[in-house]
Amino acid sequence: MKVAYWPGCVSRGFTPELHGSMAKVAPLLDLELIELDRAACCGAGVIAEHNQELADTLNARTFALAQLTDGELMMNICSTCQGAQSECQERLDANTEYREHVNANLAAESLSYEKGLTNKNFLWLLVEEIGLETLKAKVKRPLTNLRVGPFYGCYIVRPADRLGVDAEHPRDRYLHMVIEALGGTVIDYAGVYKCCGFPIVTMNKHASLTMAGRHLGDAIDAEADCLVVPCPLCHLNLDLQQPAASKVVARELGMPVLHLPQLVGLALGLEPKELGMSKHVVRPTAVIDWSSSVVAGAA
Amino acid sequence: MPDYTLRIRRYNPESGEAAFWEDHTVEMKPHSSVLEAILKVKADEDGSIGIRCSCRAAICGSCGVRINGKPGLACNTHLDKAARRAAEGEPITVEPMGNMPVIRDLIVDMDAVHWKKIRRVTPWLINREPIPEREYIVPHENMVDVTQSMACIQCGACVSDCLSMEVDPHFIGPAALAKAYRFVGDPRDAEPFERLKDLAEDEHGLYDCTHCFNCIDACPKGVAPMSQIMRLRRRAGNDFEIEDRNNGERHEHAFVKNIQRNGLLHEADLLPDSYGGKLHPRAAPELIESMPTVIKAMARGKVTPAKALLHQHKAPKEVKEIFKTIEGRPERVELNLYISGYEDADAAESAPAVSASPADSADSVTESESE
Repeated sequence: MKVAYWPGCVSRGFTPELHGSMAKVAPLLDLELIELDRAACCGAGVIAEHNQELADTLNARTFALAQLTDGELMMNICSTCQGAQSECQERLDANTEYREHVNANLAAESLSYEKGLTNKNFLWLLVEEIGLETLKAKVKRPLTNLRVGPFYGCYIVRPADRLGVDAEHPRDRYLHMVIEALGGTVIDYAGVYKCCGFPIVTMNKHASLTMAGRHLGDAIDAEADCLVVPCPLCHLNLDLQQPAASKVVARELGMPVLHLPQLVGLALGLEPKELGMSKHVVRPTAVIDWSSSVVAGAA
Repeated sequence: MPDYTLRIRRYNPESGEAAFWEDHTVEMKPHSSVLEAILKVKADEDGSIGIRCSCRAAICGSCGVRINGKPGLACNTHLDKAARRAAEGEPITVEPMGNMPVIRDLIVDMDAVHWKKIRRVTPWLINREPIPEREYIVPHENMVDVTQSMACIQCGACVSDCLSMEVDPHFIGPAALAKAYRFVGDPRDAEPFERLKDLAEDEHGLYDCTHCFNCIDACPKGVAPMSQIMRLRRRAGNDFEIEDRNNGERHEHAFVKNIQRNGLLHEADLLPDSYGGKLHPRAAPELIESMPTVIKAMARGKVTPAKALLHQHKAPKEVKEIFKTIEGRPERVELNLYISGYEDADAAESAPAVSASPADSADSVTESESE
């Protein structure tokens, strides 16, 4: 399957292991990624709270660039991009006059967004396009006995209407379903659907890191080996900031946090190192030990 | 009639006992409400269950509870729907709302949190104009815009599940901030600037919202409190350029400039710029505090010194041009779907599509755009 691929900013900035692991995993899933390298930041909700037309125009430009490719749809690997882009797309698709107004901003580049783009996060694509059965068939190293806590974050599940969470598409259960399809054990804990706190880390660091610290602590109490996130911004607060969060909540943490493509890659037989796990601030020792014990067991 | 089992959380602070769950099964029609089921249990089995309710028609906002862990009104949640949403094979759970102290069973202390926050935002119209002989005339779009926040029935569902309030009880919170927009967005109010300034100067005010969208999903009346908070931020940060106590406005401007320059976010620049720039005295303690994190990230190869200092990606000139054009408009252009509706859903009744920021002035409202 060929997709127009929007990696976002952070996956190429402070979480390079996300972009890298996606590139490694894509061929194993028969995904051809056409990278949208001319597109700009989605605005992460911050540009929209400054000027809505600006955020809508930047994303309309990204959508238009995606529509110029021969990809079947557009795929992103960042929940924040998904949420911010879905919000802009909702406005653009709702109103022809407004869409034309925004498209006029793109006229200099001869770009134009046509209503009705399909934009899916890698998580949605895994379940809805590739399918869990196909995914299961590709598993080389089932995540047997690996206890994985899903951390959805906010942007990919709320608001439910806009993000297309319904009985037919239980997108708020997809991480659970993927972990199970890969052979892992799902760990439910208090923080599954809560906010990582990242958006307010520069405004109210204490509140932000309290959020991160509590969720990590709850996952430890539930005896998870690691968390998995579909959003690199959640990863920044849960992994990069984990030592600082540990101080704020006055508790030892040390909970490894994996990006979704890393977890998938691990089950598809890739090694932790080639998935960039050595770049994490909290060394995913439990996960690496687990993967080598599985290999040793197989030998 | 089918059976429904409710698992009700009981708590009586005077008893000295911890809270506990209690199951009750009732035979009721699928379209009966969770509230009706609770009242039936109360009438037939245990009169001591505490629940606050009045209108039973989703108007008074008294019966806010958490059903299956999610906030809502007991009176407008059907039993069949609640049963479908319960965990598989489990009863419907009913518990008091969060972020507020429990008085008894399903009754929370709204005065201690919700009403205190509402009073905090001066929840009345401040008028300086002479009282007209007849009614005030307000442009339709302005009225529809504030009608969204006026739809609030003060049930506290959004307060219950606000994830910022959960860690920072001082945060003004979604209900009160939506109420604040109801007056900031009202062209009859004489002090929108003062109101915004007041919210920006509160350490737990305008910029404590973390964009979690919980309040939008929680609200039974479609108020979308977070959207109102974003409207307040656009008015405060962009229209009035009000600097707040929490670096919110600086962060927003730093972010916008960062993307205008780079096209893709340059994180290493954003942090100091959010505090006023690398050389700003405010930035120094923050940067020093961040050093262990940065050093660790470099040690892991997550960030290289070159990546931290330089940013290879630069915005294409067309992107820079987009910023220039849109930021240069005399007035912001904004599509409010609450006013315009969705074309497909309601093609016939669609209002003027493109309007300037709704509350700027009566004249600007109907302007299509300012090109």
